[in-house]
Amino acid sequence: MLDTPVPPARVALFITCLGDTMFPDAGRAVVELLERLGTSVDFPQGQTCCGQMHFNTGYVSEAIPLVRRFVEAFGDSELVVSPSASCVAMVRDYYSRVAEVSGDQGLVDAVAELAPRVLELSELIVDRIGVVDVGAYFPHRVTYHPTCHGLRMLHLGDRPLRLLRAVRGIDLVELPGADECCGFGGTFAIKNSDTSVAMTTDKVRAILDTRAEVCTATDSSCLMNIAGSLSRQRTGVRTMHLAEILASSE
Amino acid sequence: MSDAREAILDRIASALSEVPGDERAIDIPVARDYQRQGKLSRAKVLELFAERVSDYEASVHRVSRSKLSAAVADACQSLGLKSLALPLEVPSGWRPSNVQIIEDHAREPSALSARELDAIDGVLTGCAAGIASTGTLVLDGQGVCGRRLLTLVPDNHICVIQTTQVVETVPEALARVAGSVQDQMAPITLISGPSASSDIELSRVEGVHGPRNLIVLLVG
Amino acid sequence: MTETTEPHTLAEPHTLAEPHTLAEPHTLAEHHTQSFPQAARGALADTQLRRNLGHATHTIRAKRAAAVAEMGDWEELREAGRAIKERTLRHLDQYLVALELSVTRAGGTVHWARDGEECNRIVADLVAAHGVDQVVKAKSLTTEETRLNDALAARGIQALETDLAQLIIQLAEEEPSHILVPAIHKNRAEIRELFLRTLPEAPADLSDDPHALAEVARRHLRERFLSARVGISGANFAVAETGTIAVVESEGNARMCTTLPEVLITVMGIEKVIPTWQDLEVYLQVLPRSSTAERMNPYTSLWTGVRPGDGPQEFHLVLIDNGRTSVLADEIGRQALACIRCSACLNVCPVYERTGGHAYGSTYPGPIGAILTPMLVGVKNAPSLPYASSLCGACYEVCPVKINIPEVLVHLRGQVVSGQDSVKPEAVVMNLAARMFGSRLLYEFAQRLGRLAQRPFARGGLIRLRLPGPLSGWTDARDLPALPPESFREWWRGRDRE
Repeated sequence: MLDTPVPPARVALFITCLGDTMFPDAGRAVVELLERLGTSVDFPQGQTCCGQMHFNTGYVSEAIPLVRRFVEAFGDSELVVSPSASCVAMVRDYYSRVAEVSGDQGLVDAVAELAPRVLELSELIVDRIGVVDVGAYFPHRVTYHPTCHGLRMLHLGDRPLRLLRAVRGIDLVELPGADECCGFGGTFAIKNSDTSVAMTTDKVRAILDTRAEVCTATDSSCLMNIAGSLSRQRTGVRTMHLAEILASSE
Repeated sequence: MSDAREAILDRIASALSEVPGDERAIDIPVARDYQRQGKLSRAKVLELFAERVSDYEASVHRVSRSKLSAAVADACQSLGLKSLALPLEVPSGWRPSNVQIIEDHAREPSALSARELDAIDGVLTGCAAGIASTGTLVLDGQGVCGRRLLTLVPDNHICVIQTTQVVETVPEALARVAGSVQDQMAPITLISGPSASSDIELSRVEGVHGPRNLIVLLVG
Repeated sequence: MTETTEPHTLAEPHTLAEPHTLAEPHTLAEHHTQSFPQAARGALADTQLRRNLGHATHTIRAKRAAAVAEMGDWEELREAGRAIKERTLRHLDQYLVALELSVTRAGGTVHWARDGEECNRIVADLVAAHGVDQVVKAKSLTTEETRLNDALAARGIQALETDLAQLIIQLAEEEPSHILVPAIHKNRAEIRELFLRTLPEAPADLSDDPHALAEVARRHLRERFLSARVGISGANFAVAETGTIAVVESEGNARMCTTLPEVLITVMGIEKVIPTWQDLEVYLQVLPRSSTAERMNPYTSLWTGVRPGDGPQEFHLVLIDNGRTSVLADEIGRQALACIRCSACLNVCPVYERTGGHAYGSTYPGPIGAILTPMLVGVKNAPSLPYASSLCGACYEVCPVKINIPEVLVHLRGQVVSGQDSVKPEAVVMNLAARMFGSRLLYEFAQRLGRLAQRPFARGGLIRLRLPGPLSGWTDARDLPALPPESFREWWRGRDRE
């Protein structure tokens, strides 16, 4: 088969500040999964945060050193993977803007060179490693929420769904109104909390309508928002990062 | 007044100070990769036109040239018309015999006033083009299209369109009338179905101010 | 470290004129001094609004998607729509001068207005010069922006709105809440009640059937159309090459206003000009499908100057700036001027759907309003609007001229921040966070500190605490997970050692 992609031997992991601090299980799952698929994982320890929160809230100059740090940590990596669609979108779509604001041509060039090499997890598995069946087993009812950055900025399309459909034992249920925002929006959840809650409520209602046990997505941040509401309302429904489901086995 | 003009033009120039002085407008590329020519066969174009016009609750009838006057008479009868306004230029071969005909003379004392038109039941006109993809009639305010008032005030509009006037796409139709706009400053009206409104709970309600009934006769 | 580029302020920020003070629930008077979050809170609790708006936006969303799916060349049309506007805006002065020439050659008169006040004065003077005290008006957002009706009223001139929804709004003495369907917040029962109360033509047994309601409006307005001597309209597009004005509508009232009276005055924002007749082929395709989700709207009028014996014998075009040149000066924000007022962005916005238009406190609500209003009136006069978004991007996806609204929102947030007090609590926190992320040592220390600090409050994997200040917005409605005992990097380092 001439078109089979050659799986990358190594990939550097950008775990994200949120993933590192609050959702390490998702990160562990990414590592286990990729190793199972034959790709070794590096973890450059100089990494901290991609700067999305600052940039999106209007604190552009504060984001500049964070962009530099990212470039320094990952500049030598052939390929970078992250379990956060929103962070990857920040790097690929907005790092150039931050670099432009910095006025540092060196940074502009470095960003232009690195950004295309930064991938979200499902992009890496489907496009580069070239598989949809990752050997997972997860006998539960699951519904998938396509997060806004993954949907509209990275155009992940049906990659996550194809990966989920190949999971043995899974009962995958379509989420009504899937493409509607969950209401997180980063600092939006704080600065416009009433509207945010209204949106989250509707997202939770849609999830409950599917009777799923688990809601999954490619972003821990959105999942944190959804989980916060599922938990507060004592729904008995939990969230899991896509990586955790894909890493599950018998 | 010219103070405002100069002030605004100055502001624009300042606002655009980063645009290179030697850049011409046409240096900014506009890719016209959208469909600009029809691809369907003539038969399909006419079929599409009829289909799309009727989607708007306008009725469409295919008639032969020899039967046109009778078809107009039928239309008048179905609409219950007693009087029918039409532009002077409408040929006798179109005119029905079962209603009172009132001619509109565009530039003479016998041009119909809005109030006079309000008292007339319907209007008969031709058109300048038809667009199949959108079910649209294109009038150019000249000749058989009549003055704009004619197709606006009366409650019923019967429009005759020749098959040769129907094109598939919007770009083709606009290109057809471009000349009369550029040379004669002809007023163009695009009509796609009878008057409608979606203002009450987004339900499409037919007939607010324009003609509430539109009958299209496709000839040829 | 370079600051974000300061917006070029060439003229004083143009304040949108003071809104009506009214008794009705959806007044701007209460809201225009409120921030968006404050205004939104009230709107979110309005169950009638939520229901009407939720139903309406979801319905039109699906219809728009179907109308667009029919087009095999939709993306190509969008790209052309974007590019034509880019070309036009970069050479706006040239195109406006060309437009003025063509309109004048065709028998019209062109006037220029720097701001809303000047525009209103020009229009009022023109009307007064003809000795009329009543004009018929087709819907024009630009005239709402300048509050033209109020200015005419002050001169003893009554401007009768003839667009069905505008008529409803005018009779109810309210403000519009949507740019395309201004009475979207009203249901049929409310409209029936209004007509019975205000229109003499309404029969006592009037039902709330939309057909019946429209019939009443038709009869009420027909007499006014037939006797009007002056009409006022807006414009969707103006073609520089030929001097043609385009008005896109559904009901026929704009045709009435632009054809029947002796005198026609058209008010148009300077950004509406397009270069050539050919360019209409793009916009006349993308606008109907994006706005009312139809293949083509019922009526599009394309007139050029004055035509002897047909239509108004006197035509005036008023070109208005009113802050648009400020928007033009902002290289990133400039794309907002490409807007063709289709309202597709409003209809897909999860925020607008729940808060309605009045919460935005301006003529332009929804996503386009969140970027246009701050740029028209000055960011410091509308600092909460750029934050009235979760940046979901649904608006950008549907915009027929590809305005990257999220990009402009973030850009304007940068302007809000660089113009604000740096000792604001949020700024302090952001600064601290940036420092923390700026150093691996500090970051890892902060992680450990966080785990320590949460100890008294962490139980069962959750932090049982109401977070202070604005952060309570989270914990009031959601649980907050506790920091796990081991961070990812600690696990990784432990693993390395094995």
